[in-house]
Amino acid sequence: MIPAAFEYSHATSVEEASKLLDKYGEDAKVLAGGHSLIPLMRLRLAQPKALVDINGIKGLENIEVKGSKLHVGALARHVDINNSHVVKDNLPILAEVAGEVGDNQVRNMGTMGGVVAHADAAGDYPTIALMLDAEVVTNKRTIQAKDFFKDLFTTPLAVNEIVTEVVFPVANGPHKYIKFRRRLFDWAIVGAAAQKMNGGWRIGLTNVGPTPVRAKAVEDALHSGAKVEEAAQHASDGLDPSGDLRASPEYKKHLARVLTRRAIEQAG
Amino acid sequence: MKHKVATTVNGHPQEHEVEPRLLLVHYLRDVVGLTGTHIGCDTSQCGACTILVDGKAVKSCTMFAVQAEGKNLTTIEGLAHDGQLHPLQQAFWDEHGLQCGYCTPGFIMAAAYLLAQNPNPTDDDIRKGLEGNLCRCTGYVNIIKSVKSAAAMMGGATEKAGERAAAAKRS
Ligand SMILES: Cc1cc2nc3c(=O)[nH]c(=O)nc-3n(C[C@H](O)[C@H](O)[C@H](O)COP(=O)(O)OP(=O)(O)OC[C@H]3O[C@@H](n4cnc5c(N)ncnc54)[C@H](O)[C@@H]3O)c2cc1C
Ligand code: FES
Ligand code: FES
Repeated sequence: MIPAAFEYSHATSVEEASKLLDKYGEDAKVLAGGHSLIPLMRLRLAQPKALVDINGIKGLENIEVKGSKLHVGALARHVDINNSHVVKDNLPILAEVAGEVGDNQVRNMGTMGGVVAHADAAGDYPTIALMLDAEVVTNKRTIQAKDFFKDLFTTPLAVNEIVTEVVFPVANGPHKYIKFRRRLFDWAIVGAAAQKMNGGWRIGLTNVGPTPVRAKAVEDALHSGAKVEEAAQHASDGLDPSGDLRASPEYKKHLARVLTRRAIEQAG
Repeated sequence: MKHKVATTVNGHPQEHEVEPRLLLVHYLRDVVGLTGTHIGCDTSQCGACTILVDGKAVKSCTMFAVQAEGKNLTTIEGLAHDGQLHPLQQAFWDEHGLQCGYCTPGFIMAAAYLLAQNPNPTDDDIRKGLEGNLCRCTGYVNIIKSVKSAAAMMGGATEKAGERAAAAKRS
């Protein structure tokens, strides 16, 4: 379908983008990779009155390490995160996850900032951001990942607030992200991530609720010496996923346990 | 308000005034008049609309024409030269890589990107590289064969492919 009409403007700096967003108010949206927004606009599930295209803002695509942190710019594309040696060396799980987001065409366009701001329950980066205590940096403030993913498609971002980068800790120990889906390019039915960091495990789950989930109970069980198999049983503790066309709530909980076990076992 | 958009499509400069909501695929088909790029879905899933934007495979239904300002676009119409099919087009023909052909332009453009990144892909690389394209006639096995054969023709990797390329030139 053809999207509803809108005003288009192209920002060349974060300040300019923020001013344009102010001008249009509630009805305006940032346009980054467009790979969540344009499909919604084509189905007319989104009908913004104005789009502020941030693709021309220089520097927002940067990926760099500063001290013990990996800074990933909001406009870093999935393909660049996947191929980046900086990411492969400093947070390999993120490079691997990026290679599993959508398909080649999606990865050529979609961005880190877009996935995080969109906050789809099945988004892959939010799980990694949450479980590693990443920070979402905007033109106004820094927000902890645990305070950022509030609900389905819901974040604390104000209308004129622009994500500029996501800051992850450097972690290059054993790790694995397992994304369970029927077809290669699909979103996760359920995803499970395991990362060894500072001597402990971080465990995250994708698409088992309205927001990403950090499986603290599994982390704690592993910490107190439980076997992987036993610890992974706790992956579904407290989960109340909604069913969808692809999986019932029970099946999602089952997948959370099985995939968590596999992710820890296969972490390398 | 309409915006001016200047692009290069298959080597030819284009300049038009377009509405912001015009999707790139509609721009190519309805404004530039190149109907080789197809539309197979409303959900950015099928890949029938795949073209190259500055050399990168992109679903042209998921980009606005205004975003193509200053970009170099290649569509299926831009592959053949002087009446000579591109090796991918020839290989899809030789290996029966198409049935109804609706998905073919998208598959060929996605494969062109894949081969530019990885000139010698394995079957698995091809499957993964083409994951963003759907064929409703489900002729995937021959599509994979076609891409392999084109890779061989382009790199001359195997003798068989070399012969085929020679045969393709003769015919
Ligand atoms: C076929 C297909 C398969 C996909 N599969 C997956 C998958 O498996 N996993 C996955 O995680 N994603 C998947 N995606 C989504 C894809 O990763 C999108 O690129 C992503 O969700 C949104 O990023 P974007 O840059 O395209 O953002 P856009 O679509 O441009 O924007 C999305 C939303 O975020 C806002 N926004 C964007 N950037 C900013 C910013 N810097 N600051 C503030 N707000 C901003 C926009 O206003 C909009 O509301 C898929 C998409 C498609 C089409
Ligand atoms: S028409 Fe573009 S992905 Fe289907
Ligand atoms: S050949 Fe018919 S859709 Fe692919």
